[in-house]
Amino acid sequence: MSQGRTLTFNIFRYDPQEPGDKPKMVKYQLEEAPGMTVFIALNMLREHQDTSLQFDFVCRAGICGSCAMVINGFPTLACRTLTSKYPKGEITLMPLPGFELIGDLSVNTGKFMRELAERLKLWLQPNLDDVDVHRLEAPMAPEEAAKLYELERCVECGVCVSACATKQMRDSFVGAVGMMKIARFELDSRDERTVEDFYHVIGNQDGVFGCMTLLGCQDNCPKDLPHMQQIAYLRRKMAGALV
Amino acid sequence: MKLIYTDSLVVGAGLAGLRVAIASKERGLDTVVLSLIPAKRSHSAAAQGGMQASLGNTVKGMGDDEDIHFQDTVKGSDWGCDQDVARMFAHCAPKAVRELTNWGVPWTRVTKGPRQVVVNAEKVTIEEAEEAHGLINARDFGGTKKWRTCYTADGTGHSLLYAVDNKAISLDIPVHERVEALSLIHDGKRCHGVVARCMITGELRAYIAKSTTIATGGYGRIYEVSTNAIICEGIGQALALETGVAKLGNMEAVQFHPTAIVPVGILTTEGCRGDGGLLRDKDGHRFMPDYEPEKKELASRDVVSRRMTEHIRKGKGVDSPYGPHLWLDITLLGRKHVETNLREVKEICESFLGIDPAKDWIPVRPTQHYSMGGIRTDKTGQNPQLKGLFSVGEAACWDMHGFNRLGGNSLAETVVGGMIIGKYVADFCQENTLEINTGLAESFVDKVRNEIDELVEGPGTESPFALRKEMERIMMNYVGIFRNGPELEKAVTELQALLKRAKNLGLKCKKRHANPELVEALRVKRMLKVALTVACGAAARTESRGAHAREDFPQRNDKDWLNRTLSSWPDENALTPELDYEELDVMKMELPPGYRGYGINNAIAHPDTDKREKEITKILSELGDDADRYQRQQALMPFEVPEALMARNERLCDNLDRPASAVPGEESEGEQAL
Repeated sequence: MSQGRTLTFNIFRYDPQEPGDKPKMVKYQLEEAPGMTVFIALNMLREHQDTSLQFDFVCRAGICGSCAMVINGFPTLACRTLTSKYPKGEITLMPLPGFELIGDLSVNTGKFMRELAERLKLWLQPNLDDVDVHRLEAPMAPEEAAKLYELERCVECGVCVSACATKQMRDSFVGAVGMMKIARFELDSRDERTVEDFYHVIGNQDGVFGCMTLLGCQDNCPKDLPHMQQIAYLRRKMAGALV
Repeated sequence: MKLIYTDSLVVGAGLAGLRVAIASKERGLDTVVLSLIPAKRSHSAAAQGGMQASLGNTVKGMGDDEDIHFQDTVKGSDWGCDQDVARMFAHCAPKAVRELTNWGVPWTRVTKGPRQVVVNAEKVTIEEAEEAHGLINARDFGGTKKWRTCYTADGTGHSLLYAVDNKAISLDIPVHERVEALSLIHDGKRCHGVVARCMITGELRAYIAKSTTIATGGYGRIYEVSTNAIICEGIGQALALETGVAKLGNMEAVQFHPTAIVPVGILTTEGCRGDGGLLRDKDGHRFMPDYEPEKKELASRDVVSRRMTEHIRKGKGVDSPYGPHLWLDITLLGRKHVETNLREVKEICESFLGIDPAKDWIPVRPTQHYSMGGIRTDKTGQNPQLKGLFSVGEAACWDMHGFNRLGGNSLAETVVGGMIIGKYVADFCQENTLEINTGLAESFVDKVRNEIDELVEGPGTESPFALRKEMERIMMNYVGIFRNGPELEKAVTELQALLKRAKNLGLKCKKRHANPELVEALRVKRMLKVALTVACGAAARTESRGAHAREDFPQRNDKDWLNRTLSSWPDENALTPELDYEELDVMKMELPPGYRGYGINNAIAHPDTDKREKEITKILSELGDDADRYQRQQALMPFEVPEALMARNERLCDNLDRPASAVPGEESEGEQAL
């Protein structure tokens, strides 16, 4: 880890609420410290150089998905990006594309994800309506539980959406995040929905048949979710639903 | 002034808040949730290890029940908790786990037959019953006699939060995101809602409601290094405090978690030790058995944290640029276990330390982790001073944790507390009318508006960021794991000086919308008051109980301190909170104060303890041998939960021919510790 070098940050600045404000890139310099992450650097810049700088962090530990932004061209989580990763010490920060811009590096992923959940009904629709919470629970195959958790690790950071060319071209495309969640509920034996039900939601150009398989989602997903595999799986299922 | 009316207003969209909102909405009440961030980003997501519920499905949990969970919780609390609440909680925890299953949580399940586990650094084979196959699994956690912690790998909080938020979305509960509550609207007797600010547009709104539930989590971020998300700043507690009427409970009870990574303070779950991980010093020596031969790494969190600190003070820490640390060794669990059951830990180690925990030791040290204190509530979750003000989860002092919380009991508290208190909140909304006094609402909105005007336009020069840093340093240095009179006095004096300086805050960025500096300024003033309740409470409490460890008063003093600290701030210009105390009545306890099982038994007994023990013996002998454990429990300390939750919990052992392996109190400690 290099110590004592000066980092140069090129940061996108724009306040859409400020009349007359124009998007611009602003350069900041900062002395690097051991173990510095983009989270630490941005906080130092805000505290000492520009108190108006907008960005989002919550857990700062790679768990909550708040801090996704485009770092030197790649969308990723800023909290666990070490500045030492960049040998030239030059770091360009842009907000995630594909989401409403709040200001500077802050985008409204929450609004997007809630709307997506409402549109695709991304919640368990149990086949047992009234479970008696006082009685023994219904068993589930341990392998199924493990597999569900594997697909459920998505943190709704929005990286897959911003790394997706189809999504950038067609706003109504559900993106990898939508399909991953559909796949998760499709797999869940507790969910009453059938393949046909899911077909009505994603068996179209906005869903599995719109995906161009460019794999930006899979390549950039900070949770290493198997997007490609799930999209292929859903395509097979949806194609099967037609017969 | 924009007014928004609702029946049930919930501030905070983590597990506890969402669970209360769901309970309101299911009762047909109009419900609105306010949140700083999207609900799924709440700090609940960070809980890794699991939630305690005495399902007793696994062989290591067989024989577990509400009684044992209750006893563990009370002992864990160092007898500081409300035993009624601990009972309500232990009774409802299995119900909450089972309910969550139907909302989508993919709990890790039991696989029948033999499996290898690591217990006390040795590989042991245990055999799960055929009948348990596919039921919800449990892992071991500190301070519990049975393996009771239900989990989904090490992403339990994540999967619970997602399931509960999905449920809330399915019920069409609106979450007003990026909105911060800045003041309660109240008339000194009843709470009528909040004044909140949209953090995007800067708009001030008055939310008027029948009930207002604060579920904003803990106040860990008043400390310099904390495992908490950066939004856990104690603003919910501050809102209650600033009413001048509502009281906070046990604010000095602050838990340090033994194993946060160095330097950034990100948590590695207690599941690491529960699953068999060890603590080692600079010589690679496993030191916990030297201090706690019985429970070793799985002693209560406060105990392990103190032992680690003691060991570091003996010079056994590993030197680093960030000060000394110790090692957490999970290599003995094997790669497969680490990559499946502890994968979040693995990711954290890779991203922040550049190490592979399946082959490298993890640098750890105790770090601020949990706030046992919070807004004081009664058993129904309502604040005794302000009618209509409820609080739940880490924000509250409902008081099932007393002075030390057991691992796995916080995630459980969020959903169990939410389940129970949610029903009481709904009852309150149905029994009360909406009282709308726009003049009152306007006066509170004006007050916040003036505060913002003063910050943006006033002549102040102090930087909110600088004040914040100083507060964090003071709390870390003087109100930490080990405390003493002189340092606590120093903390109080220095915090008071900061609070004075906070009257002179000035902003460089003059925007009224989306202005992070303004957000910081509004918070730091409130956080300083919260910090003072912690420091003053700690300075006044001249004993050691749970996580509150006074070097100058090392004994737990039940004679003088078997009580709850209450802090309030009646004079808004004062520099100190007012403290008073609420006694815990030994004569009403199901489990009178006793030896907690760690170190030497040096507690100063309460005069009623003997009396209560004799009374208990008498009650039990009068009941006779035919009485079952429910009858015995009811005779000692009857408790109530809402009717729908009163039913008994069914367990696997009820359906098996063989008897439950244990009757509470009949096992030896040694056996239980396995």
